[in-house]
Amino acid sequence: MTAETLAPAIRRRRGAPARELARWAYGVLGILVLAAAWELYKLLGPSDGVVIGDARILPRTTDLAMPHTWDMIARLFDPVTRSATANPLWLEVALAALVTLGIAAVGWLVGIVVGFALALIMQRWRLAEWGLLPWIILSQTVPLIAFAPVVRSWGSRIEIGAFEWQDWMSVAVIASYLAFFPIAVGALKGLQSPDTIHTELMRTYGVGWWKTLVKLRIPASIPYLLPALRLGAANAVIGAVVAEVSTGMQGGIGRILIQYAGQASGDPSKAWGPIFGSIVLGLAAAGSVAILGAILRNYRRVEINA
Amino acid sequence: MKHSTRRFATVGALAVSAALVLSACSGPADSGTGSNTGGGDDELTEVKLQLQWLPQGQFAGYFAALDQGYFEEEGLDVEIIPSGGDIVPQDALANGDVDYAIAWVPKVLGSIEAGANVTNIAQIFQRSGTLQVSWADSGIESVADFEGKKIGSWGFGNEWEIFAAMAEEGLDSSTVEIITQDFNMNAFLQGDIDAAQAMTYNEYAQLLETVDPDTGELYTEDDFNVISYEDTVGAMLQDAIWADSEKLENDEDYQDTTVSFLKAVIKGWIFAAENPEDAAEITLAEGSGWGPSHELWMVNETNKLIWPAENGIGFIDQAAFERTVAGALSAVNESGAALITEEPPAGVWTNDYIQQALDALEEEGVDVTGENFEPIEVTLNEGGQ
Repeated sequence: MTAETLAPAIRRRRGAPARELARWAYGVLGILVLAAAWELYKLLGPSDGVVIGDARILPRTTDLAMPHTWDMIARLFDPVTRSATANPLWLEVALAALVTLGIAAVGWLVGIVVGFALALIMQRWRLAEWGLLPWIILSQTVPLIAFAPVVRSWGSRIEIGAFEWQDWMSVAVIASYLAFFPIAVGALKGLQSPDTIHTELMRTYGVGWWKTLVKLRIPASIPYLLPALRLGAANAVIGAVVAEVSTGMQGGIGRILIQYAGQASGDPSKAWGPIFGSIVLGLAAAGSVAILGAILRNYRRVEINA
Repeated sequence: MKHSTRRFATVGALAVSAALVLSACSGPADSGTGSNTGGGDDELTEVKLQLQWLPQGQFAGYFAALDQGYFEEEGLDVEIIPSGGDIVPQDALANGDVDYAIAWVPKVLGSIEAGANVTNIAQIFQRSGTLQVSWADSGIESVADFEGKKIGSWGFGNEWEIFAAMAEEGLDSSTVEIITQDFNMNAFLQGDIDAAQAMTYNEYAQLLETVDPDTGELYTEDDFNVISYEDTVGAMLQDAIWADSEKLENDEDYQDTTVSFLKAVIKGWIFAAENPEDAAEITLAEGSGWGPSHELWMVNETNKLIWPAENGIGFIDQAAFERTVAGALSAVNESGAALITEEPPAGVWTNDYIQQALDALEEEGVDVTGENFEPIEVTLNEGGQ
């Protein structure tokens, strides 16, 4: 890893304004291409879709299965229902997405704390790594639909003084359960990443474990940690959406996904509103980790793909 | 090494304190959440009611009782908990998470055979609201015509009426193709299903608020053949209120709470019958996401399943209950599973509490049978708007 190989990467990150603009333009172009492909298939594809044998390879092109892109967008600006107090659909979706984003953020933070703590323990004691790592991997094989009712059931029994367990906390716990895994694994890999030569140098300085951790291991773990945090953020969002559906929490985007899907026969475009909302939600979550990456730029000498 | 021993001690101390906190948390659960005040004058008894789905007109009476303050009048502070996909009401009740639960009888019969200790204390829906809907020209006019057809079903315990009705016709799941239905009627509208499962109060309305692409107008009732399970031997009892059997037996406070709770619920449903428009608005305000005309349709159709109630709302008709059990015993679903294999234990239902509630209200001059109940006419708009 020499200075020459790193230079272009850094230059790319600090692009000129024109290049910045081009990047946005490409992003918008990508969306337009997708919309055009959708409309083109809808126009040319057979109305019953493409069926080979018994399996439908491509979807039907009816308005019921594939509403026009402009209908879906127009629907976003119509009120949710005809009732006098109804918000426009986009606002309702945005509010729900914010609720979910908040819960996912809590889950993500808990996931970071738990994941990083586990990584520290596993880094410190080899025995802990052997003992814990299989369980951490095993934890991710528990199906969410089995896990969600248990979390809610336990949560509903927790009552300490004025503190009472809220529904959203169950959702945050489930989100954190999905989020901690990549963080624990990524952080462990990162903490173990310094070369032996560096750790031995620290030892010859007579520096203890804590100081080695702060001065060497944590900075070295950043390139591993950032992709892990991004994965964790994506997992937290997915976990929050699924857990909302599972536990029956109101107010978030998972709930309206289900609710509007039930109305898709009479109002096919409406069901797509929360789907767009979840996409934006995922982008927002990944984007906030990118901001974190910018802050930690000095430590990001190389990016390791998780 | 000295460092690590100290850290071990820290970790140990943390573990001990965590254990203490956790055991402190589980403390209150043992004492029960339902009846902790014993009918004090100013303090309300906290009650949790678990619904079986999202807030919607199907549960209008409970929301009306909350909104109109009927629960409070009875000294109850009721929290209505909606369900999502994975919360099974009778399980939440059996686990002690809630005090009462709304669930269909056949589903709970399955849970009871699996060990849930719950009792039906009020049969709110007197009639079954399940339909099987096919196109008018499909030739499917009775359950016997199902043979060889693609039959839609939601699964998850909502399918037993279909199989019980088919069993009576000598059909089983191998003679039809069972297709799992989604949350909406698209699969039926697109021809993937010949006859789709639909509730009178929900999915049937979804069809009637969809535009027929051939005419540009909404579909009408003439476009469909409708088989109502209420007219078949497959009919099963649906929304009932379930209570914790053990607490019903031993806990006097819970028994009192149960009667008060049922009184308020009855008043809520009477309100919904007399003021369907208001009841629809109350459920919309509670977070139901349906359009206004769909919500009103839902309340109105739900009312039809409840009223008139010959012996008083919620009274459990022994014959109907036994018919449900017989249907449940005969039904075998597409994966070859039977709902139950033997008769449920005695004490799985009781009219003791609903009778007390009915008597008390009759004394106050309330009409609990809905003798003069008249449903309203609801016009559905496109998309339920």
